Amino acid sequence: MIPALLFMLGIGAVCGIVLSLSSKVFYVYEDPRIALVENNLAAANCGGCGHAGCSAAAQAVVSGLAKPSVCVISNQEGVEAVAKIMGVDAGAAESLLSYNMCEGGNRADDKFHYMGVSSCKAMAAVYGGKRVCNVGCLGLGDCVKACQFNAVKLGADGYPVVDDDKCVGCGACQQACPKDIIKVTTLSEQLMKFNQEQDALAPCAQTCPAEINIPKYINQIRAGKYKEAVQTIRMRNPLPLACGRVCPHPCENDCRRGIEDEPVSINQLKRFASDFEMNSGSRIPIKCAPDTGKKVAVIGGGPAGLSCAFFLRRIGHQVDIFDAMPELGGIIRYGIPEYRLPKKVLAWEIQGILDLGIKSFTNVRFGTDFGLGSLMASGYNAVFLGIGAWEDYSLGIEGEDLDGCFKGIDFLARFSRGEKIKLGRTAAVVGGGNSAIDCVRTLLRLGLEKVYIVYRRTRNEMPANEVEIVASEEEGIEFIFLAAPTKVIADDKGKVAQLEYLKMELGEPDASGRRRPVPIEGSETLLDVEMVISAIGQSPDASFKKQDTLPRMADLELTRWNTIDNDPAILQSSIPYIFTGGDSATGPALVVDAIGSGRRAARSIDLFLKGEKVEPVENSLQKKRIPESIFTKVPGVQKSARSKMPEIPVAQRLDSMIEVDLVLPEDAALKEAQRCLNCCRICYNPDTGFPMAGTS
Amino acid sequence: MGDLFVLAISCIFINNILLAQFLGNCPFLGTSKKMETAVGMAMAVVFVLVLAGLITWVLDIYLLKAFNLEYLRTVSFILVIASLVQFVEMFLKKSIPGLYAGLGIFLPLITTNCAVMGVCLINIKEEYTFVEAAVSSFAYAVGFGLALILFAGVRERINLARVPKPLQDTSIGLVTAGIIALTFMSFKGMV
Repeated sequence: MIPALLFMLGIGAVCGIVLSLSSKVFYVYEDPRIALVENNLAAANCGGCGHAGCSAAAQAVVSGLAKPSVCVISNQEGVEAVAKIMGVDAGAAESLLSYNMCEGGNRADDKFHYMGVSSCKAMAAVYGGKRVCNVGCLGLGDCVKACQFNAVKLGADGYPVVDDDKCVGCGACQQACPKDIIKVTTLSEQLMKFNQEQDALAPCAQTCPAEINIPKYINQIRAGKYKEAVQTIRMRNPLPLACGRVCPHPCENDCRRGIEDEPVSINQLKRFASDFEMNSGSRIPIKCAPDTGKKVAVIGGGPAGLSCAFFLRRIGHQVDIFDAMPELGGIIRYGIPEYRLPKKVLAWEIQGILDLGIKSFTNVRFGTDFGLGSLMASGYNAVFLGIGAWEDYSLGIEGEDLDGCFKGIDFLARFSRGEKIKLGRTAAVVGGGNSAIDCVRTLLRLGLEKVYIVYRRTRNEMPANEVEIVASEEEGIEFIFLAAPTKVIADDKGKVAQLEYLKMELGEPDASGRRRPVPIEGSETLLDVEMVISAIGQSPDASFKKQDTLPRMADLELTRWNTIDNDPAILQSSIPYIFTGGDSATGPALVVDAIGSGRRAARSIDLFLKGEKVEPVENSLQKKRIPESIFTKVPGVQKSARSKMPEIPVAQRLDSMIEVDLVLPEDAALKEAQRCLNCCRICYNPDTGFPMAGTS
Repeated sequence: MGDLFVLAISCIFINNILLAQFLGNCPFLGTSKKMETAVGMAMAVVFVLVLAGLITWVLDIYLLKAFNLEYLRTVSFILVIASLVQFVEMFLKKSIPGLYAGLGIFLPLITTNCAVMGVCLINIKEEYTFVEAAVSSFAYAVGFGLALILFAGVRERINLARVPKPLQDTSIGLVTAGIIALTFMSFKGMV
């Protein structure tokens, strides 16, 4: 007994001494934070996070390979404690959720038959899988097997469906998937996702400058889930009410149904869903990521600025908007007339954005009332410059400054602000774009007897939206095509009396492929009008650059069109902390372009605020299309008429500024949603009911 | 020399620690899902088993036998092996970081591995000399690694096959292990 005790004591002592000595001798410096972090993990060694136990996870956190939210069991307090140890923003503690990216599933055709394979991994090894779509879901459910929380199920359509309530964001499904179909992302990552070449995208979603997931929201409308549809739209577009009314919907040009039939009325469906929210009387709550403590100044409250502010706020940054005008909205408030976009609707929409916790300061002009210096002194970490393009080009002809001559945007803005403008009885509007049409239709509503549009090319070349041209034709606008103004002639009181123009004819096609208008010698013609409005385009008003006294301002480079020089992929200006977007970056463009660029700038600003390198999106699909997704014929489509947008009869429109275009009634919207082929990259639902893949 | 070779062959194939003696089944099933982990585990076992086999042999001959304390063999072996593994881990971390990174997480797993304990006890039971104990420890470890890597290869393939639901994962793993053990029985009578 005694020797045994002595022996065990001795051997224990030897082991203990050797170990304690060797821990001194073989001491290796280890970041003390690893132990601290490990103490705050769940200590279950479950491996759910994908690391080999809690200490490995702690090491990954400290070396920056994992986020503080790595632990799948840990609660919010634990995550915050880890974030505190690491000294990073608790914003990183945003919860991860799994999302499926493919909606093709079983619809995609088989390229070959191969029996006996039970896993996606094995199937992917055989020529990339049996389905024709080389990015789509293989449908054998490796993600389902990988999920330890029973959150992923293979839906009836042959692609995985994730149950958000059960998902803990461990990432096992993403690792198991050989095809990048299932992604584990935070809300911020989803909001800042841009179309990439390898994504499963329908042609419409590729075309939309705001990159809205169009098939998804149409599908939700079809299922009667209007609120979910609005949420889908708001992932990409904070102004669906405005866009639903004024967007020229480039998406519809690429609609697959449009190849065989009339395209789906996508924009009307967007308007239907967003009007449904507005008319329902309650706002759908908008989720935001936790606060990051970073502050951004957005200069200009137009569509670009609102979009940038909205997305920055949703990913957790603090945003203040500054605008020179009395109210937010920019060109869509002051440049788009009431009959196209009622101010009440716009105000409701903007209030929803401000309700996220965005402060706005109006009636303050950048360069005059405040400058870059005062913004920096107030602690803003970055600036978004979205001042729009408000300076009308002048015609450069004699008599342009006479009493009775106006400039397009200036005229519309003054009218919108409620200024009294002395009108004539007849007017000529020079230009063929949307502002010109807005001017003529507004003038008509103001009671003018005769309104002309004077355009130097023909109707086919007019850049205005087709619906707008048709509406103004219906309302009785007279178009004078192939006419270039040369002189404004005054009467004896110095007021506008006549517009002289030169007739043109179409000559040889120019570089843009359009036939160039050539003046006909000696064809001067006089048009009796009392007002002349030139609406031939705008450029940004860059006077702030001279007015701002901060020497740094000299570094801001402008292009020769007065737009702010930037890299279109990241929208960063020549001053690293100033980002831009919308018309001030590109010159006059669509509202939806401005919205898209606002979000793109928000992504760059977010990277900049995190101290990361501001780099373009990898394999970005910006302004490109996936070639295999663009078809020339679409088998299986049966012609069905597009739902007609209801509008107020011409007789009732002209004596007021009442909104002309009406929203689709619910049954028509549902019918229209049925017309959608629910396309993905190459598959779609044909009307004939047979799941089949398209042929390109 | 010839005897040692025969001893090694018998330890690796005929008396394979995993497939003939059925020791160390936990890491056999636990670390064999991926080839990568199986290789790491095999290397760690070779390393630890040789050291443990030798040190326990010395302990047994010069302390336990000398003082007639053989009945304390099991408990003292556990203590010594555990301390040894800890010591080796610290030593590697400081001196050979490359090897530490490779064996990494597998070293502490072996602290309480019955295959290691089993080989140490076999060495004593068979009354091997020091050199024989060294050869047998090494050979048993190689046998362990061989079986584990073979098994991991088979399991990676099985992952891609159609397995009836009730038999998936560990169940089919055990069935497979049984069949591999049967094939190893064919080495009987080789020596």
